[in-house]
Amino acid sequence: MSLPPDKPLSLEKQFRFQWEPAQQCHVLLYPEGLIRLPGSAGEIIQRIDGNASLNGIIAALEQAYPGAELRQDVIDFLENAHDKGWIRVV
Amino acid sequence: MTKDGSALSESRSGPLWVNAELTYRCPLHCVFCYNPLDYTSTFGKELSTDEWLKTLREARELGAVQLGLSGGEPLLRDDVEILIAEASKMGYYVNLITSGIGLTEERIAAFKEGGLDQIQLSFQDSTKELNDFLSSTRTFELKLKIARLIKQYGYPMVLNVVLHKLNIDHIEQILEMAEAMEADHVELANSQYYAWAFKNREHLMPTREQLQRAEAITMRFRERLGKKMKLYFVVPDYYADRPKACMNGWGAVFLNIAPDGLALPCHEARMLPGLEFPNVREHDVDWIWNQSPGFTAYRGDGWMKEPCRSCDEKHKDFGGCRCQAYMLTGDATNADPVCSKSSHHHLIVEQVERAQHSLISAEETRPLLFYRDDKNARQFADEEKSCSEH
Ligand code: SF4
Ligand code: SF4
Repeated sequence: MSLPPDKPLSLEKQFRFQWEPAQQCHVLLYPEGLIRLPGSAGEIIQRIDGNASLNGIIAALEQAYPGAELRQDVIDFLENAHDKGWIRVV
Repeated sequence: MTKDGSALSESRSGPLWVNAELTYRCPLHCVFCYNPLDYTSTFGKELSTDEWLKTLREARELGAVQLGLSGGEPLLRDDVEILIAEASKMGYYVNLITSGIGLTEERIAAFKEGGLDQIQLSFQDSTKELNDFLSSTRTFELKLKIARLIKQYGYPMVLNVVLHKLNIDHIEQILEMAEAMEADHVELANSQYYAWAFKNREHLMPTREQLQRAEAITMRFRERLGKKMKLYFVVPDYYADRPKACMNGWGAVFLNIAPDGLALPCHEARMLPGLEFPNVREHDVDWIWNQSPGFTAYRGDGWMKEPCRSCDEKHKDFGGCRCQAYMLTGDATNADPVCSKSSHHHLIVEQVERAQHSLISAEETRPLLFYRDDKNARQFADEEKSCSEH
């Protein structure tokens, strides 16, 4: 399913995002376990705060990593995250 | 770009999942209870708040992220508020597993404030009074009240129902109750035959027809309710021909801590002979997890015998459950006899066959059951003592 580009995104209710020192990686915690979000996956999810939209997140990432071609990667990743029920459109 | 990893099974040097059995005290007397038969032996030896916090901190440092607070009835301890708040600060995802008895608005507000992430409500069924229970408006109202409270504080309503021969035919009523409670997730799991449930196995195992009927009814509810109420139905493993991947492997992800501080790779491991399990009062979690003989005994596959040793499914189910292998075959290093490749599989088949021909009614069964209560537990503890003295 494709995500609207300009609607705020938020984590699904039971999910919690945090940095895991023992794994040196970001994770999403939820009742049945955890999802590891290494590298850029963590960078993207980190920007989901209930306000930022898909476009907003892409803009923020492009600012943080100037010159990187990341638009399609971010869209693919977040659509996948949405399909899996980690995030929702507010 | 990296996609998700969803692994709970990375090679690591610590548990991911800690189950804190805060107390074995419980106002209920469930005949399927998985607490040890001699659970009264932990009375008077329960870990203090500080001892719990020390243990949780150590496990967290090794990378544990999920914490279950269970029992017994964990709410019988008055430090649950502190444990939740501190564990949440440490970074745990905190789950409370309760029968709901003792859950007041005041407490749930404090839990929420402290950062509790999820509540799992278990459906109380002490079997003696099941029919009364299901039809009594008073208890029904009480259940609804607790359910409303849980939702009011923004938690999803997660309901665990243990099924067995004596209640499985009431599944429609149970599901109607779940619907009235606006449950979001309902797990209908048949009891597993350990501890009290093993003692009562004869009387708790449903017949094939009972299972089929219950599954069909569950399916009907599932079709009607869809995503609104997610239903999981778990048949007894005795009806399968491959064992469950017990605990995702021995000492792989799961650390159970009993009320008296005993650290165990699963709830039931206390019963295994010849293994000494460490106590969090005497050792830190790092040593317990990485060095203690109890935790290393069945880690990996070096301990396996045939048919598991040369089986190409051994990384899928890890040879099943050590405790079940021990209880049924007398040797924990045997394959779980649920597996059709096990030379002991006939023990399972026979038990299942016996379950099909039980002639006595529920009314006649009730007096034959072992109720989980302090008197019976003390008796089991005494028997054990006198066995080890002679
Ligand atoms: S299974 Fe029943 S008796 Fe055992 S701890 Fe849970 S609520 Fe108490
Ligand atoms: S033989 Fe052992 S490893 Fe193979 S499927 Fe059976 S229990 Fe699992």
